[in-house]
Amino acid sequence: MNIFVLLKRTFDTEEKITIAKGAINEEGAEFIINPYDEYAVEEAIQLRDNHGGEVTVVTVGNEEAEKQLRTALAMGADKAVLINTEDDLESGDQFTTAKILAEYLKDKEADIILAGNVAIDSGSGQVGPRVADLLDIPYVTTITNLEISGETVTVVRDVEGDSETIETKLPVLVTAQQGLNEPRYPSLPGIMKAKKKPLEELELDDLDLDEDDVEAKTKVVEIFLPPTKEAGRVLEGELDAQVKELVNLLHKEAKVI
Amino acid sequence: MGKKVTVLGEVRDGALRNVSFEGVAAARKIAEDGEVVAVLLGSAVKDLAQEMIVAGADRAVVVEDEKLAGYTSDGYAQALLAVVEQENPEAILFGHTALGKDLSPKIASKLGCGLVSDAVNVEVEGGNVVFTRPIYSGKAFEKKIVTDGVIFATIRPNNIPPLEKDASRTGEVSEVSAEIKDLRTIVREVAKKATQGVDLSEAKVIVAGGRGVKSEEGFEPLQELANLLGGAVGASRGACDAEYCDYSLQIGQTGKVVTPDLYIACGISGAIQHLAGMSNSKVIVAINKDPEANIFKVADYGIVGDLFEVVPLLVEEFKSLLVKA
Repeated sequence: MNIFVLLKRTFDTEEKITIAKGAINEEGAEFIINPYDEYAVEEAIQLRDNHGGEVTVVTVGNEEAEKQLRTALAMGADKAVLINTEDDLESGDQFTTAKILAEYLKDKEADIILAGNVAIDSGSGQVGPRVADLLDIPYVTTITNLEISGETVTVVRDVEGDSETIETKLPVLVTAQQGLNEPRYPSLPGIMKAKKKPLEELELDDLDLDEDDVEAKTKVVEIFLPPTKEAGRVLEGELDAQVKELVNLLHKEAKVI
Repeated sequence: MGKKVTVLGEVRDGALRNVSFEGVAAARKIAEDGEVVAVLLGSAVKDLAQEMIVAGADRAVVVEDEKLAGYTSDGYAQALLAVVEQENPEAILFGHTALGKDLSPKIASKLGCGLVSDAVNVEVEGGNVVFTRPIYSGKAFEKKIVTDGVIFATIRPNNIPPLEKDASRTGEVSEVSAEIKDLRTIVREVAKKATQGVDLSEAKVIVAGGRGVKSEEGFEPLQELANLLGGAVGASRGACDAEYCDYSLQIGQTGKVVTPDLYIACGISGAIQHLAGMSNSKVIVAINKDPEANIFKVADYGIVGDLFEVVPLLVEEFKSLLVKA
């Protein structure tokens, strides 16, 4: 099977967010593979181990993303591709990223493309379905189980707590929801091997794309932090008196009940 | 000059979801003195069109087809695009629900336009339609505009207040025909496992449990409290990882981001990833044995105590309050 994974480098979930000069401050922050993309990488590796073939992880970003690609290679992916837009693009949106990825994928004859269902930074969840549409293949989002038999693909999809069993055919794009699998940690031999695995770097030019072709359709005009929540009241006294007081406060002061 | 805005009315189990009415309110803001057109897709949804008009839409457009009885991205996209082709709206709004999240990127791709996902507010400022949306799961927010093409956004449930219903409103309900064909995905089975029919993303009250719940059975008192208050049960990652509950209940940076009126955190320590998913709730109550727990830093009201003592007492107290009311 020819398996592709779309991967994004994101802030570590442990990070506090601060703003510097109107933008998210990246200085000193730790970066990771977007957690939902980790499920996609793991699932891709398992698919390859069960069905044969090759796993290629692809990202759009800058040189810094090489680290996350190496991590995916250390987990067991075979090849990595970095589409480096640093010199070409000042900003982009989901339209931009999807267009670039689709342009890269269009002649790759992928059997299956896996991605995370959402990135924990920008949180839009658009890129996967957009790429599938541009490639004119079906897609299923937020999957928690995947089985492939011949050309037939059976997935279970999380729909706000319900689960839908969906049948479709290869080629397909799926986006991973939590619970799909338990992503492995890279092993030491895996990390050593990853250093020698191919990591190809491309630019827009290599994909015959111009800046104009991928120009963002949306623009961020302001970034701000939510008002800091002040710690409220910790109640005191006998437990049942506290409970009475709490219910009273929720009813009369907060007026939520 | 006003804009023409179409807003998708999302039907679940034969009824319109609240977020549809919230979408109408958002559409009204964007339309200014223009027109708000509700769109309903399904096998038998025409009777619901009037509700969208009562909620503030000027008229409704309906696509009815047996093949739209259940959601598929291909089927709904074909129907929606037929409406867009006929109506040629300047703005399109969906709810940021499972359906909206799945369908909107495909429509945006087909229209070659941008898409602002998960908006919690919309304002018209200096001629621009400005959406506010959380980033980093609510650790920060951004204001975003569409610079080219159709203005397309999904609206997070429970954030934009719906307009007051006006039963005297009338409007035209018309049908658009669309050829629904070549569906590439087939829904074989739907297993309902959501808690008591109240969806986490739309719930006004959430009772969430963490590691302190200790077991699957430990969630029972939380469920009782949630049922009593017409809410839903959620969980921290700790509780999901420990297999006390399903991952579909997880609230946090991975998992769902929720903004209910009331969030009751039981036995949740308050890791930064969890706080990202719930700290924008309107009122937060923390119940934890550890007075040093991080959750107390974001809670409006806190009780230091064992959740297995506090939650049943809360159930009794709310019961007597509800009886009086």
